[in-house]
Amino acid sequence: MKAAPARADWIGHVIRIRDARDEAAFAEIFAHFAPRVKAFLMRSGGDPAIAEECAQEVMVTLWRKAHLFDPSRASVATWIFTIARNKRIDVLRRQRRPEPDDLTWGPEAEPDQADVVALQQESAQLGEAIARLPEKQRELIRQAYFGEMTHNEIAEATGLPLGTIKSRIRLALERLRHAMK
Amino acid sequence: MTDEITHHLTDALLMAYSAGTLPEAFNLAVATHVSMCDACRAAVESYDAVGGALLAEDGDAETARMGDDALSAALTRIREAPVEDAVPAAGDVPAPLAGYIGGSLSEVKWRPVGMGVRQAVLATSSEATARLLYIPAGAAMPDHGHKGLELTLVLRGAFFDAAARFGPGDVEVATEADQHTPIADIGEDCICLAVTDAPLRFRRWLPRLAQPFLGI
Repeated sequence: MKAAPARADWIGHVIRIRDARDEAAFAEIFAHFAPRVKAFLMRSGGDPAIAEECAQEVMVTLWRKAHLFDPSRASVATWIFTIARNKRIDVLRRQRRPEPDDLTWGPEAEPDQADVVALQQESAQLGEAIARLPEKQRELIRQAYFGEMTHNEIAEATGLPLGTIKSRIRLALERLRHAMK
Repeated sequence: MTDEITHHLTDALLMAYSAGTLPEAFNLAVATHVSMCDACRAAVESYDAVGGALLAEDGDAETARMGDDALSAALTRIREAPVEDAVPAAGDVPAPLAGYIGGSLSEVKWRPVGMGVRQAVLATSSEATARLLYIPAGAAMPDHGHKGLELTLVLRGAFFDAAARFGPGDVEVATEADQHTPIADIGEDCICLAVTDAPLRFRRWLPRLAQPFLGI
């Protein structure tokens, strides 16, 4: 089995899926993320068979929505997390998941490459910051996102570099709104 | 449109929306506000990045083995229907709300609740209630079961509460402790999306409101 590509490479995979319907790229991204998504869904209370089915659907959605992915606003892992979270609400809680209006780059307005690189770097820094947290705090964050627990203890886990990411995303949104006018 | 919004959601609500732990009615109010507010959309997407970082964790990330035919089954489904388009933004309300009211405000089936005020309860899960309120210009908002947490998002017109004015896109976050009487602005009828939680359920899903999270 090949080693997982560096984080930034997953963007290339999504672009190959979007532009070339590249099934080999899909197979690699599937091998890396589908088992993580399945574990996430099982941790949220899904039985293994349902989690397997949903993880498959999450990866199919990634292919079908590849043209909507905006790497100046999210890493591939973040994007897959949002698809998996919505699937969890749809299937495990049997509720609709209202989502904000889609804001998408038109074919002639690709996101600025510098924004993409910066957002991906900041996402990597966030991952490193989470990795440096004491295990107890990291587990609290995992429970909040993966395990349907309440959020009262999350406030203890402070100091994550979310402010820079928030500013970066806001800048990307402003450019996007401007491009759509 | 987004520059004029001055009353935003709390970080606690935005994070809970990202984590996917809010009742459906609150998800609806958050998604509708976020559709109108770039600042809160950026905050939600940054909380999403925490979820992404957890999914991407190296080493101790949890994985569960997929079945041997999972990839080929996924590819089969992809070949059947390769592309899913974006949901186009609706005409007079943000897309997430349009899905709950039959497309547009003209489709809403209003019911009178007295003093010229009308309401329409939207179909969501029973943990919390979402309703549209139509308040004639200058009229006071009725008491609509204000227990626990309440979000009031302005879609049309404006209302005043105490010294503050809430216009389109603004959201008032009120808890049980807040005594408030919103009054519609005199210039125009006001349409709001109001969400309240069932009183006994409140503390289970969002214990400490307005708590700053994760240093944001």
